[in-house]
Amino acid sequence: MNAALARAAGWWTILCIALEERLVYRGDFALGTLMRFLPIVTQIFLWWAIFDTIGHGTRDSANIVGYSFSNMVAYYLLTMVSRAFSSMPGLASGIALQIRSGEIKKYLIQPIGMLEFLLLSRLAHKLAYYSVAVLPFLLVFSICRGYFVDGWPAWDLLAGYVAALLMSFLLGFFLEASIGLIGFWFLEVSSLLFIYMLFNFFLSGHMFPLDMLPAPWDRLVSMLPLKYLAYYPAAIFLGKVPREELIGELWIEAGWVVFFIVTARVAYRLGVRRYSGYGG
Amino acid sequence: MAQRRPSYLRVFLTFARNSLVRDTMFRTNFLLQCISSAGWTLMNVGFYLIVFQHTPLIGPESGWGKYEFFVFLATTWLINSLVQTFFMTNADDYSELIRTGNLDFVLLKPIDTQFLVSFQKMDWSSLSTFTAGVILLVVALWQLTTRPVHPLSISPWMVGLYLFYLCCGVAIFYSLMISLASTSIWLGRNQTLYDFWFYITNFARYPMEIYNRGWGVPLWGFFTFVVPVLVVVNVPARLLAQPLHPQRSLSWQLACFALLATIVSLLASRWVFQRALLSYRSASS
Repeated sequence: MNAALARAAGWWTILCIALEERLVYRGDFALGTLMRFLPIVTQIFLWWAIFDTIGHGTRDSANIVGYSFSNMVAYYLLTMVSRAFSSMPGLASGIALQIRSGEIKKYLIQPIGMLEFLLLSRLAHKLAYYSVAVLPFLLVFSICRGYFVDGWPAWDLLAGYVAALLMSFLLGFFLEASIGLIGFWFLEVSSLLFIYMLFNFFLSGHMFPLDMLPAPWDRLVSMLPLKYLAYYPAAIFLGKVPREELIGELWIEAGWVVFFIVTARVAYRLGVRRYSGYGG
Repeated sequence: MAQRRPSYLRVFLTFARNSLVRDTMFRTNFLLQCISSAGWTLMNVGFYLIVFQHTPLIGPESGWGKYEFFVFLATTWLINSLVQTFFMTNADDYSELIRTGNLDFVLLKPIDTQFLVSFQKMDWSSLSTFTAGVILLVVALWQLTTRPVHPLSISPWMVGLYLFYLCCGVAIFYSLMISLASTSIWLGRNQTLYDFWFYITNFARYPMEIYNRGWGVPLWGFFTFVVPVLVVVNVPARLLAQPLHPQRSLSWQLACFALLATIVSLLASRWVFQRALLSYRSASS
């Protein structure tokens, strides 16, 4: 019991330190978040022109794979929220760097696991980010509220949306950590990371709604875990996921989370076994 | 002793050679950087191939069909890759030169400071995007010139004007970039330069007609007449892909304006650079 309490107290301390560290740059955070919405402006006009073309001058009468113009803009805004949960900038490259530089030694001699420490630091980073980014997000969403034509989703969809977002955080973390841990075998993982980022940007739905993919790519991509990082939470919110499929899909997402937790843990254990540290 | 005027061309070629030697010292890294740049371009083409499965044009009666738009996209890549190859690394380094005080050594050299700051390094790997742009341009033009209905005919004049306005586009982007980098002298540090640059130039990546609706009109006006990034890609791409556009006279007016915008941008950036330099205080003794 005491050991569990001591462990929880340790985690709490790490979380508090990481939070304080992150909140030093709150002004930069807020401005950066607001600026990140700028590319959406060009996306709005691109899709506006496309919907005008399809609807012969009246964008509201047109739709693409079930998305009206308003749905499309709302989709891009919602993927920004998904990415705020699932993106893990610098995680994989940071792990690989710690392995290469030998900094990873500290986790071997201190009473805290590397994955736990990094997860708590990332959690603190996200909490600090949300606490500051909530204002720019509220500002942009209130300006663009007209694009959410169907209003808030029903409570069960909303619960599914929140669950999908929380799991997207865990999935993003353990997926990237697994890639970073490949650094135990290949010291340089930047090229691998780049390929992952490329696929992630395209196949997570960050660039466009995945429903637009033609067959057989749509089926192939729907089998990958990447769609849970951006597309899936947004699709739930917009009512694009049928209710009868919602629970099943959430279980599949949970399955992917468990798969990558196990992968990251096994990779760390095997990696530490072959790791050699020299010097002080 | 009479002071000899430095040969700018020789200095430029020396910079180019040194950068190539440095880049190719780490061959695998260089190759991976080339592949990664090409990967992003492929992804972009993939996105627009999907978009054009759902629409014949970008904007009603805009003339920007699939292959016309690919000419536009290729032009974007050509201009961006040239800017990244020649200027992006240098603009980034300029902020650091100011912050660390190493600009002192640049100021002491018997050559124009703006030239030295702008061309010192080259990122040769960005030329892979240039190659991808050339390939996409050739494929798109081949499709446009061999289509059965209204095939496009390209004259040497059009090619000449296209290349000329490509250079104008690079000059406008360069002016904007060096002006942004110069603000580091007043701000002390400008780490978000690349972000800011990306967000502004993002507007240039689409045909200007798309902004000509609703609340896009003020944006269209601002990014055409105040910060003229919209003419950078639109003018050369339009000259090559849409010579038979119904509003041809408007295209020529735009081309004349682009020329004026290039001259004004270059002069304004030179003024900003020199004004900023007057405020420079060395960071060290």
